[in-house]
Amino acid sequence: MRHLANKGSTTPWLVAKLAVLAIAMFGFGYLLVPLYEKFCEITGIDGRTAGQATGVEYLTDQVDESRWVTVHFDATVNSGLPWQFEPVERMMQVRPGKLYETTYIAFNRADRPIVGQAVPSVAPGRASLFFNKTECFCFTEQLLGARESREMPVRFVVDPNLPERVELVTLSYILYQNEQATAVLAATD
Amino acid sequence: MSEATTHHDDHHDHPKGLWRWVVTTNHKDIGTLYLLFSLVMFLIGGAMALVIRAELFAPGLQLVNPDFFNQMTTMHALVMIFGAVMPAFVGLANWMVPLMIGAPDMALPRMNNWSFWILPFAFTILLSTLFMPTGAPASGWTLYPPLSLQGGNSFAFVIFAIHLMGISSIMGAINIVATILNMRAPGMTLLRMPLFIWTWLITAFLLIAVMPVLAGAVTMLLTDRFFGTSFFNAAGGGDPVLYQHIFWFFGHPEVYIMILPAFGIVSEIIPTFSRKRLFGYTSMVYATASIAFLSFIVWAHHMFTVGMPLGAMLFFMYATMVIAVPTGVKIFNWIATMWRGSMTFETPMLFALGFVVMFTIGGLSGVMLAIVPADFQYHDSYFVVAHFHYVLVTGSVFAIMAGVYYWLPKWTGHMYDERLGKIHFWWSTVWVNVLFFPQHYLGLAGMPRRIPDYAVQFTEFNMISSIGGFMFGFGQLLFCYIIWKCARGGEPASARVWEGSRGLEWTVPSPAPHHTFDTPPVVDDSVAVHKDELT
Repeated sequence: MRHLANKGSTTPWLVAKLAVLAIAMFGFGYLLVPLYEKFCEITGIDGRTAGQATGVEYLTDQVDESRWVTVHFDATVNSGLPWQFEPVERMMQVRPGKLYETTYIAFNRADRPIVGQAVPSVAPGRASLFFNKTECFCFTEQLLGARESREMPVRFVVDPNLPERVELVTLSYILYQNEQATAVLAATD
Repeated sequence: MSEATTHHDDHHDHPKGLWRWVVTTNHKDIGTLYLLFSLVMFLIGGAMALVIRAELFAPGLQLVNPDFFNQMTTMHALVMIFGAVMPAFVGLANWMVPLMIGAPDMALPRMNNWSFWILPFAFTILLSTLFMPTGAPASGWTLYPPLSLQGGNSFAFVIFAIHLMGISSIMGAINIVATILNMRAPGMTLLRMPLFIWTWLITAFLLIAVMPVLAGAVTMLLTDRFFGTSFFNAAGGGDPVLYQHIFWFFGHPEVYIMILPAFGIVSEIIPTFSRKRLFGYTSMVYATASIAFLSFIVWAHHMFTVGMPLGAMLFFMYATMVIAVPTGVKIFNWIATMWRGSMTFETPMLFALGFVVMFTIGGLSGVMLAIVPADFQYHDSYFVVAHFHYVLVTGSVFAIMAGVYYWLPKWTGHMYDERLGKIHFWWSTVWVNVLFFPQHYLGLAGMPRRIPDYAVQFTEFNMISSIGGFMFGFGQLLFCYIIWKCARGGEPASARVWEGSRGLEWTVPSPAPHHTFDTPPVVDDSVAVHKDELT
């Protein structure tokens, strides 16, 4: 007597298909990583596009004199990094399309050299697509010697295409210790 | 299935004693092992819950230090989810799926043995972290980075334990799909299958689809913690929010993995004790499938507060609320099944009715949590704790207990003690509400979850909740006693057991013999749980 079988699908074949599905879903979990990054890059949702430099010196002849945009500057230091880190100016009124420069100051409180890495983000997320930095200390690692202090410039242009309803943009940095680079530094000393 | 039949003939002189349980490939033995394992885990996880409730009995720190408290909340969840609820459902599936579809055994009996025996090792590894110098994981069962990556090296053991549980679940799920699709008796068409079979078929597909995603997510945590990758490490260009997306892509279907088989059990029990066939059988099948589909597109409602665009919040809010529709169909069908039925209230029916009422309470608080602006307030509060304990304890666990009482006479050949069963039900129902209902108020008043201390204005409700917790917890010892007593003896059970029972499992003697349906039965409308007019 035969049991009612799924037509044309023997048990080993069915099991093989299900096992392939399980393995494919393991891969899908990893596929979510680039998908998420691409998604954020296109939509600017997590403000991470702020991490890249815009190569062009922005078109200063397109300055939008009709409105002001307020830019807030924010700084956070990860608890694993014994640095002080803050913006010189908390807030700036800017014209979209015009190039501005501001400065952050970092101070290494430790008695040894440490390498830090700043990770920027822009809020609201939709504004991050229109916030262009031509120069930023976050593009490279920052090495501060023992008890050294440094002024670090940021140059930026707010794209005149920034949606009208965005009146306030926050540029935020979190400074982390680059543990590998710091360890290499300690080893070479 | 000729392989399965010959395989069984070889094993007629199966080993005796403890060794029998190690090498068994019999679906009934393995089902029993799963159920006993899950009972042990239920008691261990329950003991952890009592540590939590004891500490929260009064404000301030009394019994345990905060780090151990966090280990308890984390381990309680991991043990209950992966050790108690999921294996209990797999155990019920092992026992009942072949009996309900007229198959001699599961499609892959040797793999079945393996998928069970992985579990004790997985949980030995997981529980052993409690005794390691850096302690057990203390970041909550969701293991969100960066917190989860800041613990000790015992984290690696947790990851490997989760990998093993995942492998066990996936193998079990593949086995169940293969059994249901390929081993049904002649006449058991897909739309004649009992609802328990349907819900498990869909659950098994969910398991195969999402357990590997969890395995991927925890593997990324492992490589971030020990091998220098930066999937979730912001300093290295990763994003901790990405983890939450991947985790809840697994996590939300996981929630339904723990409730769909419960729907199946309740859909077997209510018709039996209403002495009617299930109302709206086909709509039940479609409702189950819709819930399973929707579970893949609502995950971000667990993380509204991370900051996401308005459009995304609206999408996830509405998609979540849509789930209330198929769920409402089910609740409506259960009520319609009882309508004008000749109802009796034996213990399985009491637990099933308790399920319908209290699962609905949990479902309604779920709809409240789906509302984005309200969720900003409720998020990570005791309101969430109350919500998911209503759906998991008075939902899944009550359904499991209902199923155990319902099928226990079939397994043991004896009736359980009805009087004690009823006491167990009423005791549990009263105290579980004393335990969890005040937590709604605590959450609405602003008490955060996973914190060992609280502001003094929360004292009374926490005391009430703790008393409920201890009474409910100790009441489960009665459950253990009833099962033990029933296994030892009692009034002999007939094959049919219940007057209104329908389905193939009631055509074999009680206790079910070691081998059943070596010759497939023929299924017609008289035994089928659903009379389908199409054939």
